[in-house]
Amino acid sequence: MALEELYREVILDHYRNPRHKGSLSHADFHAEGLNPSCGDEFSLDLAVADGVIVEVATQGQGCSISQASGSMMADIIKGKTVAEVEEISTNFKLMMAIEEGESPIDPARPGAVLGDLEALQGVRKFPVRIKCADLPWTTLADALEAAQS
Amino acid sequence: MTNHLRADFPILDRLVNGKRLAYLDSGATTQKPIQVIDAVADYYKTCNSNVHRGAHTLADEATTAYEGARAKVAQFIGADSSDEVVFTKGTTGALNTIAYGWGLNRLQEGDRILLTVMEHHANVVPWQLVAKHTGAELVYLELDDNYRVDLSGLDKIMDERVKIVSVSGMSNVTGAIGPVAELVAAARRVGAIVIVDGAQSVPHLPTNVATLGADFVVFSAHKMLGPTGIGALWGRREILNEMEPAEGGGEMIADVQLYESRWAPIPHKFEAGTPPIAQAVGFGAAIDYLEKIGMTEVRRHEIEITQYALDRLAEVPDLRIVGPTDVAIRGGAVSFELGDVHPHDVATILDQEGVAVRAGHHCAKPLMRYLNVPATARASFYVYTTPEDIDQLVTGLHRARELFGLT
Ligand SMILES: Cc1ncc(COP(=O)(O)O)c(C=O)c1O
Repeated sequence: MALEELYREVILDHYRNPRHKGSLSHADFHAEGLNPSCGDEFSLDLAVADGVIVEVATQGQGCSISQASGSMMADIIKGKTVAEVEEISTNFKLMMAIEEGESPIDPARPGAVLGDLEALQGVRKFPVRIKCADLPWTTLADALEAAQS
Repeated sequence: MTNHLRADFPILDRLVNGKRLAYLDSGATTQKPIQVIDAVADYYKTCNSNVHRGAHTLADEATTAYEGARAKVAQFIGADSSDEVVFTKGTTGALNTIAYGWGLNRLQEGDRILLTVMEHHANVVPWQLVAKHTGAELVYLELDDNYRVDLSGLDKIMDERVKIVSVSGMSNVTGAIGPVAELVAAARRVGAIVIVDGAQSVPHLPTNVATLGADFVVFSAHKMLGPTGIGALWGRREILNEMEPAEGGGEMIADVQLYESRWAPIPHKFEAGTPPIAQAVGFGAAIDYLEKIGMTEVRRHEIEITQYALDRLAEVPDLRIVGPTDVAIRGGAVSFELGDVHPHDVATILDQEGVAVRAGHHCAKPLMRYLNVPATARASFYVYTTPEDIDQLVTGLHRARELFGLT
Protein backbone atom coordinates (compact mmCIF):
# COMPACT_ATOMS: atom_id res chain seq x y z
CA MET A 1 0.00 0.00 0.00
CA ALA A 2 2.64 2.51 1.10
CA LEU A 3 4.53 1.99 -2.15
CA GLU A 4 1.45 2.72 -4.25
CA GLU A 5 1.03 5.95 -2.28
CA LEU A 6 4.67 6.81 -2.88
CA TYR A 7 4.74 6.14 -6.60
CA ARG A 8 1.52 7.86 -7.63
CA GLU A 9 0.90 8.25 -11.33
CA VAL A 10 1.26 12.02 -11.19
CA ILE A 11 4.74 11.61 -9.67
CA LEU A 12 5.84 9.19 -12.37
CA ASP A 13 4.43 11.56 -14.99
CA HIS A 14 6.48 14.51 -13.68
CA TYR A 15 9.53 12.24 -13.37
CA ARG A 16 9.27 11.09 -16.97
CA ASN A 17 8.12 14.40 -18.43
CA PRO A 18 9.71 17.12 -16.33
CA ARG A 19 8.10 20.52 -16.92
CA HIS A 20 10.20 23.59 -17.71
CA LYS A 21 13.25 21.51 -18.43
CA GLY A 22 16.36 23.30 -19.64
CA SER A 23 18.22 26.47 -18.85
CA LEU A 24 17.68 30.20 -19.40
CA SER A 25 20.24 32.19 -21.35
CA HIS A 26 19.09 35.31 -19.50
CA ALA A 27 18.54 33.93 -15.99
CA ASP A 28 18.50 36.51 -13.22
CA PHE A 29 19.17 33.90 -10.59
CA HIS A 30 20.73 30.49 -10.69
CA ALA A 31 21.31 27.86 -8.03
CA GLU A 32 22.50 24.28 -7.97
CA GLY A 33 21.66 21.63 -5.44
CA LEU A 34 23.44 18.36 -4.80
CA ASN A 35 22.72 15.53 -2.44
CA PRO A 36 26.25 14.18 -1.93
CA SER A 37 25.15 10.99 -0.22
CA CYS A 38 23.06 9.82 -3.18
CA GLY A 39 24.38 11.97 -6.03
CA ASP A 40 21.05 13.57 -6.97
CA GLU A 41 21.44 16.90 -8.74
CA PHE A 42 19.10 19.77 -9.42
CA SER A 43 19.76 23.14 -11.03
CA LEU A 44 17.42 26.06 -11.30
CA ASP A 45 17.30 29.22 -13.45
CA LEU A 46 14.85 32.01 -12.65
CA ALA A 47 13.97 35.13 -14.57
CA VAL A 48 12.33 37.71 -12.30
CA ALA A 49 10.57 40.92 -13.38
CA ASP A 50 8.98 43.31 -10.88
CA GLY A 51 9.11 40.71 -8.16
CA VAL A 52 7.36 38.10 -10.32
CA ILE A 53 8.98 34.86 -11.46
CA VAL A 54 8.34 35.12 -15.16
CA GLU A 55 10.43 32.21 -16.33
CA VAL A 56 11.69 28.99 -14.78
CA ALA A 57 14.02 26.35 -16.13
CA THR A 58 15.33 23.31 -14.32
CA GLN A 59 17.72 20.48 -14.99
CA GLY A 60 18.45 17.51 -12.87
CA GLN A 61 19.43 13.96 -12.46
CA GLY A 62 18.17 11.66 -9.79
CA CYS A 63 15.34 9.60 -8.40
CA SER A 64 11.68 9.96 -9.25
CA ILE A 65 10.96 11.78 -6.01
CA SER A 66 13.61 14.50 -6.35
CA GLN A 67 12.96 15.06 -10.04
CA ALA A 68 9.15 15.01 -9.77
CA SER A 69 9.33 17.41 -6.84
CA GLY A 70 11.45 19.76 -8.97
CA SER A 71 9.10 19.57 -11.94
CA MET A 72 6.05 20.26 -9.77
CA MET A 73 7.88 23.09 -8.09
CA ALA A 74 8.74 24.70 -11.41
CA ASP A 75 5.11 24.44 -12.43
CA ILE A 76 3.72 26.06 -9.33
CA ILE A 77 6.20 28.92 -8.93
CA LYS A 78 6.01 30.22 -12.49
CA GLY A 79 4.00 33.45 -12.59
CA LYS A 80 4.01 33.88 -8.81
CA THR A 81 5.62 36.70 -6.86
CA VAL A 82 8.69 35.93 -4.80
CA ALA A 83 6.60 36.49 -1.65
CA GLU A 84 4.00 33.99 -2.82
CA VAL A 85 6.67 31.47 -3.66
CA GLU A 86 8.06 31.73 -0.16
CA GLU A 87 4.65 30.94 1.28
CA ILE A 88 4.30 27.95 -1.00
CA SER A 89 7.73 26.76 0.03
CA THR A 90 6.84 27.05 3.72
CA ASN A 91 3.62 25.16 3.17
CA PHE A 92 5.39 22.43 1.27
CA LYS A 93 7.78 21.95 4.18
CA LEU A 94 4.86 21.93 6.62
CA MET A 95 3.08 19.33 4.53
CA MET A 96 6.13 17.08 4.43
CA ALA A 97 6.50 17.30 8.22
CA ILE A 98 2.91 16.37 9.12
CA GLU A 99 2.92 13.24 11.24
CA GLU A 100 0.37 10.49 11.06
CA GLY A 101 -2.91 11.54 12.70
CA GLU A 102 -2.10 15.27 12.54
CA SER A 103 -4.45 17.53 10.61
CA PRO A 104 -3.52 18.83 7.15
CA ILE A 105 -2.47 22.42 6.46
CA ASP A 106 -5.23 24.97 6.94
CA PRO A 107 -6.49 25.59 3.38
CA ALA A 108 -7.13 29.23 4.30
CA ARG A 109 -3.38 29.87 4.69
CA PRO A 110 -1.91 31.88 1.85
CA GLY A 111 -0.24 29.57 -0.64
CA ALA A 112 -1.87 26.51 0.89
CA VAL A 113 -3.04 25.06 -2.42
CA LEU A 114 -0.18 22.87 -3.52
CA GLY A 115 -1.79 21.09 -6.45
CA ASP A 116 0.25 18.19 -7.81
CA LEU A 117 2.73 18.61 -4.98
CA GLU A 118 0.19 17.10 -2.61
CA ALA A 119 0.97 13.76 -4.24
CA LEU A 120 4.34 13.90 -2.50
CA GLN A 121 2.69 13.31 0.87
CA GLY A 122 3.30 9.60 0.33
CA VAL A 123 7.01 10.26 0.86
CA ARG A 124 6.38 10.92 4.56
CA LYS A 125 6.16 7.19 5.20
CA PHE A 126 9.74 6.89 3.88
CA PRO A 127 11.77 9.21 6.09
CA VAL A 128 15.05 8.52 4.25
CA ARG A 129 13.47 9.79 1.04
CA ILE A 130 12.26 13.15 2.40
CA LYS A 131 15.63 14.66 1.54
CA CYS A 132 14.95 13.70 -2.08
CA ALA A 133 11.69 15.67 -2.14
CA ASP A 134 13.45 18.59 -0.41
CA LEU A 135 16.36 18.96 -2.84
CA PRO A 136 14.63 21.27 -5.38
CA TRP A 137 13.25 23.38 -2.54
CA THR A 138 16.59 23.93 -0.86
CA THR A 139 17.94 24.86 -4.30
CA LEU A 140 15.06 27.31 -4.71
CA ALA A 141 15.82 28.81 -1.29
CA ASP A 142 19.43 29.39 -2.41
CA ALA A 143 18.26 31.10 -5.59
CA LEU A 144 15.81 33.31 -3.70
CA GLU A 145 18.43 34.22 -1.15
CA ALA A 146 20.54 35.52 -4.01
CA ALA A 147 17.46 37.38 -5.27
CA GLN A 148 17.09 39.16 -1.98
CA SER A 149 20.68 40.17 -1.44
CA MET B 1 27.23 -25.48 2.66
CA THR B 2 25.54 -22.11 2.72
CA ASN B 3 22.42 -22.97 4.59
CA HIS B 4 24.18 -24.35 7.59
CA LEU B 5 26.38 -21.24 7.82
CA ARG B 6 23.34 -18.99 8.06
CA ALA B 7 22.59 -20.26 11.56
CA ASP B 8 25.82 -18.56 12.68
CA PHE B 9 24.53 -15.11 11.64
CA PRO B 10 21.90 -13.98 14.16
CA ILE B 11 20.92 -10.88 12.18
CA LEU B 12 19.74 -12.98 9.24
CA ASP B 13 16.80 -14.13 11.36
CA ARG B 14 15.28 -10.70 11.67
CA LEU B 15 12.42 -9.31 9.65
CA VAL B 16 12.63 -6.08 7.68
CA ASN B 17 9.34 -4.35 6.91
CA GLY B 18 7.63 -7.55 7.90
CA LYS B 19 9.57 -9.62 5.37
CA ARG B 20 12.40 -12.11 5.58
CA LEU B 21 15.69 -10.18 5.37
CA ALA B 22 17.58 -10.79 2.12
CA TYR B 23 20.83 -9.00 2.92
CA LEU B 24 22.44 -8.23 -0.42
CA ASP B 25 24.75 -5.40 0.64
CA SER B 26 27.82 -7.37 1.67
CA GLY B 27 30.02 -5.27 -0.60
CA ALA B 28 29.36 -2.35 1.75
CA THR B 29 29.85 -4.44 4.87
CA THR B 30 29.27 -8.08 5.69
CA GLN B 31 27.22 -9.47 8.54
CA LYS B 32 29.05 -11.00 11.51
CA PRO B 33 28.86 -14.60 12.69
CA ILE B 34 28.24 -15.32 16.35
CA GLN B 35 31.86 -16.52 16.65
CA VAL B 36 33.09 -12.99 15.88
CA ILE B 37 30.50 -11.30 18.08
CA ASP B 38 31.39 -13.63 20.95
CA ALA B 39 35.14 -13.14 20.49
CA VAL B 40 34.73 -9.37 20.84
CA ALA B 41 32.43 -9.71 23.84
CA ASP B 42 34.69 -12.30 25.50
CA TYR B 43 37.69 -10.05 25.08
CA TYR B 44 35.89 -7.25 26.92
CA LYS B 45 34.58 -9.65 29.54
CA THR B 46 37.84 -11.40 30.32
CA CYS B 47 41.02 -9.53 29.40
CA ASN B 48 40.25 -5.95 28.37
CA SER B 49 43.30 -3.79 28.90
CA ASN B 50 45.70 -1.65 26.90
CA VAL B 51 48.40 -3.33 24.84
CA HIS B 52 52.18 -3.08 25.12
CA ARG B 53 51.85 -1.02 28.31
CA GLY B 54 51.67 -1.77 31.99
CA ALA B 55 53.17 -4.82 33.57
CA HIS B 56 50.13 -6.71 34.68
CA THR B 57 48.38 -9.89 33.68
CA LEU B 58 45.50 -8.32 31.77
CA ALA B 59 47.83 -6.10 29.73
CA ASP B 60 49.84 -9.14 28.90
CA GLU B 61 46.79 -11.13 27.85
CA ALA B 62 45.43 -8.25 25.77
CA THR B 63 48.79 -7.91 24.03
CA THR B 64 48.88 -11.62 23.31
CA ALA B 65 45.35 -11.49 21.88
CA TYR B 66 46.16 -8.44 19.73
CA GLU B 67 49.43 -9.85 18.40
CA GLY B 68 47.76 -13.23 17.93
CA ALA B 69 45.25 -11.60 15.61
CA ARG B 70 48.11 -10.07 13.64
CA ALA B 71 49.66 -13.50 13.21
CA LYS B 72 46.35 -14.85 11.91
CA VAL B 73 46.08 -12.06 9.35
CA ALA B 74 49.67 -12.66 8.24
CA GLN B 75 49.12 -16.36 7.84
CA PHE B 76 45.79 -15.84 6.05
CA ILE B 77 47.47 -13.88 3.24
CA GLY B 78 50.66 -15.92 3.16
CA ALA B 79 52.92 -13.18 4.55
CA ASP B 80 56.47 -14.11 5.55
CA SER B 81 56.01 -12.80 9.03
CA SER B 82 53.60 -10.90 11.26
CA ASP B 83 55.71 -7.75 11.30
CA GLU B 84 54.77 -7.13 7.71
CA VAL B 85 51.15 -6.67 8.82
CA VAL B 86 50.14 -3.25 10.12
CA PHE B 87 46.72 -2.75 11.66
CA THR B 88 44.95 0.33 10.28
CA LYS B 89 41.49 1.83 10.49
CA GLY B 90 40.60 0.00 7.31
CA THR B 91 41.39 0.10 3.62
CA THR B 92 41.03 3.88 3.55
CA GLY B 93 43.37 4.27 6.51
CA ALA B 94 45.90 1.92 4.93
CA LEU B 95 45.90 3.71 1.57
CA ASN B 96 46.39 7.05 3.32
CA THR B 97 49.24 5.57 5.37
CA ILE B 98 51.00 4.57 2.15
CA ALA B 99 50.16 7.78 0.30
CA TYR B 100 51.52 9.95 3.11
CA GLY B 101 54.25 7.63 4.38
CA TRP B 102 55.69 6.65 1.02
CA GLY B 103 54.18 8.86 -1.69
CA LEU B 104 54.60 12.20 0.03
CA ASN B 105 58.26 11.54 0.85
CA ARG B 106 59.35 10.01 -2.44
CA LEU B 107 57.38 11.57 -5.25
CA GLN B 108 58.46 14.69 -7.02
CA GLU B 109 57.45 16.77 -9.99
CA GLY B 110 57.40 14.72 -13.17
CA ASP B 111 56.65 11.45 -11.33
CA ARG B 112 53.48 9.57 -12.09
CA ILE B 113 50.95 7.60 -10.09
CA LEU B 114 49.12 5.04 -12.22
CA LEU B 115 45.53 4.22 -11.24
CA THR B 116 42.52 2.79 -13.10
CA VAL B 117 39.17 4.48 -13.71
CA MET B 118 37.42 1.79 -11.65
CA GLU B 119 39.03 2.77 -8.34
CA HIS B 120 37.06 3.50 -5.17
CA HIS B 121 37.41 7.08 -3.88
CA ALA B 122 39.69 5.65 -1.17
CA ASN B 123 42.20 4.82 -3.91
CA VAL B 124 41.82 8.12 -5.74
CA VAL B 125 41.54 10.98 -3.28
CA PRO B 126 44.69 10.23 -1.17
CA TRP B 127 46.70 10.23 -4.41
CA GLN B 128 45.16 13.51 -5.50
CA LEU B 129 46.19 15.01 -2.17
CA VAL B 130 49.72 13.65 -2.47
CA ALA B 131 49.97 14.75 -6.10
CA LYS B 132 49.03 18.26 -5.06
CA HIS B 133 51.77 18.31 -2.42
CA THR B 134 54.50 16.80 -4.56
CA GLY B 135 53.71 17.91 -8.10
CA ALA B 136 53.36 14.30 -9.23
CA GLU B 137 50.74 13.50 -11.82
CA LEU B 138 47.87 10.99 -11.87
CA VAL B 139 47.47 8.75 -14.92
CA TYR B 140 44.56 6.37 -15.47
CA LEU B 141 44.10 3.09 -17.26
CA GLU B 142 40.66 2.77 -18.85
CA LEU B 143 38.35 -0.23 -19.32
CA ASP B 144 37.60 -2.52 -22.25
CA ASP B 145 34.11 -3.49 -23.46
CA ASN B 146 34.01 -6.23 -20.85
CA TYR B 147 34.51 -3.81 -17.94
CA ARG B 148 38.04 -5.12 -17.50
CA VAL B 149 41.03 -2.83 -17.16
CA ASP B 150 42.30 -2.27 -20.69
CA LEU B 151 45.98 -3.18 -20.80
CA SER B 152 46.47 -2.58 -24.52
CA GLY B 153 48.24 0.75 -23.96
CA LEU B 154 50.12 -0.38 -20.87
CA ASP B 155 53.55 -0.66 -22.48
CA LYS B 156 53.34 2.92 -23.61
CA ILE B 157 52.08 4.22 -20.28
CA MET B 158 54.45 2.24 -18.06
CA ASP B 159 57.71 4.16 -18.27
CA GLU B 160 60.32 5.35 -15.79
CA ARG B 161 58.12 8.24 -14.70
CA VAL B 162 55.62 5.83 -13.11
CA LYS B 163 56.63 5.38 -9.46
CA ILE B 164 53.43 4.01 -7.94
CA VAL B 165 50.75 1.74 -9.38
CA SER B 166 47.63 1.35 -7.25
CA VAL B 167 44.82 -0.90 -8.42
CA SER B 168 41.72 -2.53 -7.05
CA GLY B 169 41.87 -6.32 -6.83
CA MET B 170 38.14 -6.37 -7.52
CA SER B 171 35.77 -3.54 -8.37
CA ASN B 172 33.11 -2.82 -5.78
CA VAL B 173 30.83 -1.60 -8.59
CA THR B 174 31.20 -3.95 -11.57
CA GLY B 175 32.68 -6.90 -9.69
CA ALA B 176 35.49 -7.10 -12.29
CA ILE B 177 38.72 -8.67 -11.02
CA GLY B 178 41.71 -6.34 -11.40
CA PRO B 179 44.75 -7.27 -13.57
CA VAL B 180 47.16 -7.40 -10.63
CA ALA B 181 49.62 -9.93 -12.05
CA GLU B 182 49.98 -8.04 -15.34
CA LEU B 183 50.49 -4.72 -13.57
CA VAL B 184 53.04 -6.24 -11.20
CA ALA B 185 55.04 -7.57 -14.16
CA ALA B 186 54.92 -4.25 -16.00
CA ALA B 187 55.76 -2.24 -12.88
CA ARG B 188 58.80 -4.43 -12.16
CA ARG B 189 60.34 -3.39 -15.46
CA VAL B 190 60.34 0.28 -14.49
CA GLY B 191 60.89 -0.15 -10.75
CA ALA B 192 57.45 1.16 -9.68
CA ILE B 193 55.82 -0.14 -6.53
CA VAL B 194 52.42 -1.84 -6.77
CA ILE B 195 49.62 -1.42 -4.26
CA VAL B 196 46.57 -3.67 -4.34
CA ASP B 197 43.34 -2.29 -2.91
CA GLY B 198 42.11 -5.64 -1.63
CA ALA B 199 38.96 -4.32 0.07
CA GLN B 200 36.84 -6.50 -2.22
CA SER B 201 39.35 -9.07 -3.46
CA VAL B 202 40.84 -10.32 -0.18
CA PRO B 203 37.43 -11.27 1.29
CA HIS B 204 36.35 -13.04 -1.89
CA LEU B 205 39.42 -14.58 -3.55
CA PRO B 206 42.21 -16.72 -2.14
CA THR B 207 45.12 -14.30 -1.69
CA ASN B 208 48.79 -15.09 -1.30
CA VAL B 209 51.06 -12.07 -1.06
CA ALA B 210 54.17 -14.17 -1.58
CA THR B 211 53.12 -15.28 -5.06
CA LEU B 212 51.19 -12.11 -5.96
CA GLY B 213 54.34 -10.04 -6.25
CA ALA B 214 52.78 -6.73 -5.18
CA ASP B 215 54.47 -4.45 -2.64
CA PHE B 216 51.38 -3.59 -0.61
CA VAL B 217 48.01 -5.28 -0.13
CA VAL B 218 45.40 -3.50 1.96
CA PHE B 219 41.94 -4.57 3.13
CA SER B 220 39.16 -4.04 5.70
CA ALA B 221 38.00 -6.50 8.36
CA HIS B 222 34.36 -5.44 8.14
CA LYS B 223 34.02 -6.69 4.57
CA MET B 224 35.15 -10.17 5.60
CA LEU B 225 32.93 -10.95 8.62
CA GLY B 226 35.00 -8.88 11.07
CA PRO B 227 34.32 -5.69 13.01
CA THR B 228 34.35 -2.15 11.62
CA GLY B 229 37.20 0.17 12.60
CA ILE B 230 40.07 -2.12 11.66
CA GLY B 231 41.88 -3.24 8.56
CA ALA B 232 45.28 -4.42 7.51
CA LEU B 233 48.17 -3.08 5.51
CA TRP B 234 50.57 -5.76 4.35
CA GLY B 235 53.83 -4.42 2.97
CA ARG B 236 57.13 -5.84 1.86
CA ARG B 237 59.55 -5.70 4.78
CA GLU B 238 62.23 -3.61 3.00
CA ILE B 239 59.68 -1.04 1.98
CA LEU B 240 58.04 -0.87 5.39
CA ASN B 241 61.47 -0.36 6.94
CA GLU B 242 62.11 2.57 4.64
CA MET B 243 58.62 4.06 4.78
CA GLU B 244 58.02 7.05 7.07
CA PRO B 245 55.16 6.91 9.57
CA ALA B 246 52.20 9.06 8.55
CA GLU B 247 51.10 9.51 12.16
CA GLY B 248 53.07 10.09 15.34
CA GLY B 249 52.22 9.44 18.97
CA GLY B 250 52.41 6.80 21.63
CA GLU B 251 53.15 3.13 20.85
CA MET B 252 55.09 3.93 17.67
CA ILE B 253 58.40 5.16 19.11
CA ALA B 254 61.67 3.70 20.29
CA ASP B 255 62.77 6.93 21.94
CA VAL B 256 61.41 10.46 22.18
CA GLN B 257 63.56 13.46 22.93
CA LEU B 258 62.58 17.09 22.95
CA TYR B 259 63.37 17.77 19.32
CA GLU B 260 63.45 14.39 17.65
CA SER B 261 62.45 10.78 18.04
CA ARG B 262 63.32 7.35 16.80
CA TRP B 263 60.67 4.97 15.60
CA ALA B 264 59.77 1.56 16.93
CA PRO B 265 60.49 -1.31 14.54
CA ILE B 266 57.81 -2.37 12.05
CA PRO B 267 54.90 -2.88 12.32
CA HIS B 268 54.56 -0.74 15.43
CA LYS B 269 56.02 2.40 13.94
CA PHE B 270 52.83 2.69 11.89
CA GLU B 271 50.45 2.15 14.80
CA ALA B 272 50.37 5.41 16.74
CA GLY B 273 48.08 5.53 19.76
CA THR B 274 45.92 2.88 21.37
CA PRO B 275 44.90 0.52 18.58
CA PRO B 276 41.46 -1.06 18.04
CA ILE B 277 42.20 -4.07 20.24
CA ALA B 278 38.80 -5.73 20.53
CA GLN B 279 38.35 -5.19 16.80
CA ALA B 280 41.65 -6.95 16.13
CA VAL B 281 40.47 -9.88 18.22
CA GLY B 282 37.23 -9.94 16.20
CA PHE B 283 39.26 -9.72 12.97
CA GLY B 284 41.21 -12.79 14.09
CA ALA B 285 37.98 -14.66 14.81
CA ALA B 286 36.66 -13.72 11.36
CA ILE B 287 39.78 -15.16 9.78
CA ASP B 288 39.41 -18.36 11.80
CA TYR B 289 35.86 -18.59 10.49
CA LEU B 290 36.89 -18.05 6.86
CA GLU B 291 39.76 -20.51 7.14
CA LYS B 292 37.41 -23.13 8.47
CA ILE B 293 35.29 -22.73 5.35
CA GLY B 294 38.39 -22.39 3.19
CA MET B 295 38.90 -19.56 0.72
CA THR B 296 38.69 -21.92 -2.24
CA GLU B 297 35.23 -22.90 -1.07
CA VAL B 298 34.34 -19.21 -0.47
CA ARG B 299 35.25 -18.50 -4.09
CA ARG B 300 33.42 -21.61 -5.36
CA HIS B 301 30.24 -20.57 -3.55
CA GLU B 302 30.59 -17.03 -4.86
CA ILE B 303 30.88 -18.21 -8.46
CA GLU B 304 27.84 -20.42 -7.99
CA ILE B 305 25.65 -17.76 -6.39
CA THR B 306 26.80 -15.07 -8.85
CA GLN B 307 26.00 -17.33 -11.79
CA TYR B 308 22.57 -18.02 -10.31
CA ALA B 309 22.00 -14.29 -9.83
CA LEU B 310 23.11 -13.41 -13.36
CA ASP B 311 20.82 -16.11 -14.77
CA ARG B 312 17.83 -14.99 -12.75
CA LEU B 313 18.43 -11.29 -13.45
CA ALA B 314 18.57 -12.06 -17.17
CA GLU B 315 14.89 -13.05 -16.88
CA VAL B 316 13.90 -9.56 -15.72
CA PRO B 317 12.87 -7.39 -18.68
CA ASP B 318 14.54 -3.95 -18.96
CA LEU B 319 17.35 -4.99 -16.63
CA ARG B 320 20.91 -4.25 -17.70
CA ILE B 321 23.93 -5.62 -15.83
CA VAL B 322 26.73 -3.07 -15.41
CA GLY B 323 29.69 -5.41 -15.27
CA PRO B 324 31.11 -8.58 -16.82
CA THR B 325 28.69 -11.46 -17.28
CA ASP B 326 31.41 -14.11 -17.20
CA VAL B 327 31.73 -15.29 -13.59
CA ALA B 328 35.33 -16.38 -14.17
CA ILE B 329 36.47 -12.74 -14.33
CA ARG B 330 34.30 -11.26 -11.65
CA GLY B 331 33.14 -11.42 -8.05
CA GLY B 332 29.77 -11.18 -6.39
CA ALA B 333 29.02 -7.45 -6.54
CA VAL B 334 26.38 -7.14 -9.24
CA SER B 335 25.44 -3.63 -10.37
CA PHE B 336 22.43 -3.11 -12.58
CA GLU B 337 19.97 -0.63 -14.05
CA LEU B 338 16.25 -1.31 -14.39
CA GLY B 339 14.73 0.58 -17.31
CA ASP B 340 14.13 4.19 -16.31
CA VAL B 341 13.49 3.31 -12.67
CA HIS B 342 16.11 5.21 -10.73
CA PRO B 343 18.32 3.01 -8.52
CA HIS B 344 17.14 4.81 -5.36
CA ASP B 345 13.59 3.97 -6.23
CA VAL B 346 14.63 0.39 -6.92
CA ALA B 347 16.27 0.26 -3.48
CA THR B 348 13.23 1.72 -1.70
CA ILE B 349 10.92 -0.78 -3.35
CA LEU B 350 13.25 -3.70 -2.62
CA ASP B 351 13.57 -2.59 1.00
CA GLN B 352 9.80 -2.93 1.36
CA GLU B 353 10.30 -6.52 0.22
CA GLY B 354 12.98 -7.10 2.86
CA VAL B 355 15.78 -6.92 0.29
CA ALA B 356 18.78 -4.75 1.23
CA VAL B 357 20.77 -3.41 -1.74
CA ARG B 358 22.86 -0.32 -2.21
CA ALA B 359 22.01 2.39 -4.72
CA GLY B 360 24.07 5.34 -5.88
CA HIS B 361 27.61 5.98 -7.03
CA HIS B 362 29.24 3.45 -4.64
CA CYS B 363 32.10 5.86 -3.84
CA ALA B 364 33.29 5.49 -7.43
CA LYS B 365 32.18 8.67 -9.15
CA PRO B 366 34.98 8.63 -11.76
CA LEU B 367 33.84 5.15 -12.79
CA MET B 368 30.19 6.17 -12.97
CA ARG B 369 31.14 9.10 -15.21
CA TYR B 370 33.36 6.88 -17.32
CA LEU B 371 30.53 4.36 -17.80
CA ASN B 372 28.08 7.21 -18.29
CA VAL B 373 25.62 5.96 -15.68
CA PRO B 374 24.42 8.40 -13.00
CA ALA B 375 23.93 5.64 -10.45
CA THR B 376 23.38 1.90 -10.21
CA ALA B 377 21.66 -0.46 -7.84
CA ARG B 378 24.01 -3.13 -6.52
CA ALA B 379 23.34 -6.53 -5.04
CA SER B 380 26.42 -8.00 -3.40
CA PHE B 381 26.92 -11.43 -1.90
CA TYR B 382 28.90 -13.31 0.68
CA VAL B 383 29.22 -16.76 2.19
CA TYR B 384 25.72 -16.71 3.69
CA THR B 385 23.93 -15.66 0.48
CA THR B 386 21.42 -18.22 -0.81
CA PRO B 387 19.39 -18.67 -4.01
CA GLU B 388 16.37 -17.75 -1.88
CA ASP B 389 17.88 -14.27 -1.35
CA ILE B 390 18.27 -13.88 -5.10
CA ASP B 391 14.71 -15.09 -5.73
CA GLN B 392 13.45 -12.48 -3.28
CA LEU B 393 15.47 -9.84 -5.17
CA VAL B 394 13.93 -10.89 -8.47
CA THR B 395 10.40 -10.78 -6.98
CA GLY B 396 11.14 -7.26 -5.73
CA LEU B 397 12.38 -6.20 -9.15
CA HIS B 398 9.17 -7.38 -10.77
CA ARG B 399 7.29 -5.33 -8.21
CA ALA B 400 9.38 -2.28 -9.15
CA ARG B 401 8.56 -2.76 -12.82
CA GLU B 402 4.89 -3.02 -11.98
CA LEU B 403 4.88 0.13 -9.80
CA PHE B 404 6.63 2.07 -12.55
CA GLY B 405 4.30 0.71 -15.21
CA LEU B 406 7.04 -0.97 -17.26
CA THR B 407 5.56 -3.48 -19.63
C1 LIG C 1 37.30 -1.41 -3.57
C2 LIG C 1 37.19 -0.67 -2.28
N1 LIG C 1 38.22 0.08 -1.86
C3 LIG C 1 38.18 0.75 -0.69
C4 LIG C 1 37.09 0.70 0.14
C5 LIG C 1 37.11 1.46 1.42
O1 LIG C 1 37.03 0.61 2.51
P1 LIG C 1 36.84 1.17 3.97
O2 LIG C 1 35.65 2.09 3.91
O3 LIG C 1 36.59 -0.04 4.79
O4 LIG C 1 38.07 1.90 4.36
C6 LIG C 1 35.98 -0.07 -0.27
C7 LIG C 1 34.77 -0.16 0.56
O5 LIG C 1 33.85 0.60 0.55
C8 LIG C 1 36.04 -0.75 -1.50
O6 LIG C 1 35.01 -1.49 -1.91
